[in-house]
Amino acid sequence: MTIGLAHYLLVSAALFGLGLLGVILRRNLLVIYMGLELMLNAANLALVAFSRFNNNLHGQVMVFFIITVAAAEVSVGLALIVALFRRRQSTHVEDLTSLKF
Amino acid sequence: MESILFLIFAAFALGCGLMTVANPFSRSPVASALFLVLTMVWLAGLFVLLHAYFIAAVQILVYAGAVMVLFLFVIMLLDLREEELRTWNRFGVAAGVFSVVALLGVTALTILRSVPAAGAAPQLEGSTHALGAMLFRQYLLPFEGVSIVLLVAMIGVILLSKRESK
Repeated sequence: MTIGLAHYLLVSAALFGLGLLGVILRRNLLVIYMGLELMLNAANLALVAFSRFNNNLHGQVMVFFIITVAAAEVSVGLALIVALFRRRQSTHVEDLTSLKF
Repeated sequence: MESILFLIFAAFALGCGLMTVANPFSRSPVASALFLVLTMVWLAGLFVLLHAYFIAAVQILVYAGAVMVLFLFVIMLLDLREEELRTWNRFGVAAGVFSVVALLGVTALTILRSVPAAGAAPQLEGSTHALGAMLFRQYLLPFEGVSIVLLVAMIGVILLSKRESK
């Protein structure tokens, strides 16, 4: 059996679903953030696979930019979580409902 | 050979991803973070199979190295205990799982229907040389823009983590 584009895309979709499941089901802000990272990685896998099977390097340049921006996003998000923890002493999402209607 | 490697890498990436979000043995954030590191490493293996060598190296260096170390650092800084289960909102969980499964089903159906059978073998090599030439010629402006994004992120982090004076 030869591995084609569809196989990579299916793996990418499954990984994206796992990340989304983590964001929906887990109650810890940090683990939710890890789910987000998983989703970003799934998107990267899809882009690299498209790049390879279309003989086109633009997808890999896109992945390079995504990785850079994700690093910036993680640093800002973790700083926000640390600031929140300092004020509330918790990273549990059910303790952070002051904006809830 | 390549298909066997693909199956191994994909299975381990998905397994470690599952352990990241739903570990049956431990709900500790440290376990999740370590399994996420493993997922990134297996994904780098998949990138090598796709001949994206530079991206695979960056994945290991930046994601598995820098980003996950930052995660572990924050987890240990905050001294998080195990995530305790409070009220399990049954409706919310069912709705969440249903929506994820529905989304995955639609995506998988679309992929299986629309992706054509593989034609000629792909020739693309994601070497550092080719990627660097493209990055510094065609994508020079976005590249500089990303450096500004990083600078802004750095300033933002410093501002956010500064202890506020009363």
